[in-house]
Amino acid sequence: MEIEFNHRQSAHCENGVISNLLTHHGHPMSEPMAFGIGSGLFYVYLPFIKVNLAPAVSYRPIPGFIFKRLCKRLGIKIKREKFRDPKKAKKALDDMLRKNTPVGLQVGVFNLVYFPDEYRFHFNAHNLVVYGKKEDTYLISDPIMERVTELTSKELEIVRFAKGAAAPKGHMYYPVHFPEKLPLEKAIRKAIKATCRDMLAPVPIVGVKGMRTVAKAIKKWPKKIGVKKTNHYLGQIVRMQEEIGTGGGGFRFIYGAFLQEAATVINKPILKDFSKEITAIGDLWRDFAIDASRLYKNRSSESDGYKKVANKLRILADKEEDFFKRLKKAIA
Amino acid sequence: MDLKDVPQDVGGLANANMKELCYAVDKDGKYTTKLSEGWDVKTLALNKSLELIEERVNAFKKQCLDGEISPIPYYMELNRMDLTVLADYMNKWKWTLKRHFKPAVFNKLPEKTLQKYADTFNISIAQLKDITL
Repeated sequence: MEIEFNHRQSAHCENGVISNLLTHHGHPMSEPMAFGIGSGLFYVYLPFIKVNLAPAVSYRPIPGFIFKRLCKRLGIKIKREKFRDPKKAKKALDDMLRKNTPVGLQVGVFNLVYFPDEYRFHFNAHNLVVYGKKEDTYLISDPIMERVTELTSKELEIVRFAKGAAAPKGHMYYPVHFPEKLPLEKAIRKAIKATCRDMLAPVPIVGVKGMRTVAKAIKKWPKKIGVKKTNHYLGQIVRMQEEIGTGGGGFRFIYGAFLQEAATVINKPILKDFSKEITAIGDLWRDFAIDASRLYKNRSSESDGYKKVANKLRILADKEEDFFKRLKKAIA
Repeated sequence: MDLKDVPQDVGGLANANMKELCYAVDKDGKYTTKLSEGWDVKTLALNKSLELIEERVNAFKKQCLDGEISPIPYYMELNRMDLTVLADYMNKWKWTLKRHFKPAVFNKLPEKTLQKYADTFNISIAQLKDITL
């Protein structure tokens, strides 16, 4: 069976699955809109958690959060199931497909066969949609792929039951209830406020304060842990910022697209100016990435370079602090 | 980012025939999307990260061949795993796995445990015991 499903490529898997599923159920929604309403923009530095042998820096909230907040704000009810037994997980999926419902799945990336080898790490919070089954093959709409793809039931079982941090445990989900009309305007206001609150949070590892903490750390790293490790850390920061999924500039461009769209939806033209500003900030994030890459490319040990990169990050923190303070006032 | 600035550096992504969606502004200031072939800055970061893994794999390989450690850490690193991931796949405590890193302990492991390791790493028991195979 094959459910008619409109596959649209997106920058980020979570927003992509949300926007594709909502659109399928008759509520067309762009990726930036889904990202914005789910308050996807974030910054967090977790020095005590190591990812790929470097401290974790994330430009987004924990996986699943964007989806959860979006559904809550729009009054959409989602049914979620997890399984211990792969057979039961398969049966539940097949049952839903038979009912003509496309199903969202959380999967591990490492054994995802259609992914290029370089991108296969033990990351367990990838999302995709299954929209049909032909004999033993599942039809897959993976939002970060250009086109739809396929997985055999064995291949799908492996990725659904990948192990490690945030193991998916066969996690599947699908919307079961929509309000008659989505309360977009209310949701957008609430979402923007929440993003401002997150980014201005009085916590040293979150939002603009988190950026400042990282900037300070970058200055110290070369002396404290050596140039080689520092370069590796910087490389990981750049990857988190620019790797598949962020749409560039650590999600700042997607957020810009959201603000631009929101300006029309809630009839608040000033958001268009904010959109322009965050776009410019996104460009600065890319400059930051370029400068950082210069350091890990040359393996130059001049500590001056690290100071410059750290300063750039501090300037970004200042700019974003000012930006979100004003955005908060504008939306209040 | 302007539409014309969306990076099109043919690199890692191109081999896999995978393009990535970017958000950018067109000349009228309107947001739109464009596919990117890749970006050198990012490809470099990824390659460096892969190099580091390779370095670690080679170091474990050498230590294993010298008889200092068991083949487990080598295969763990080869599969880009860390202790947490491996412990979860093996359904064992991390400290238990760490004991298995010692050749003396590894050599006494029961067939069942070896088989589980072999399955986890998707290799045969013979390969598990001898990393040169």
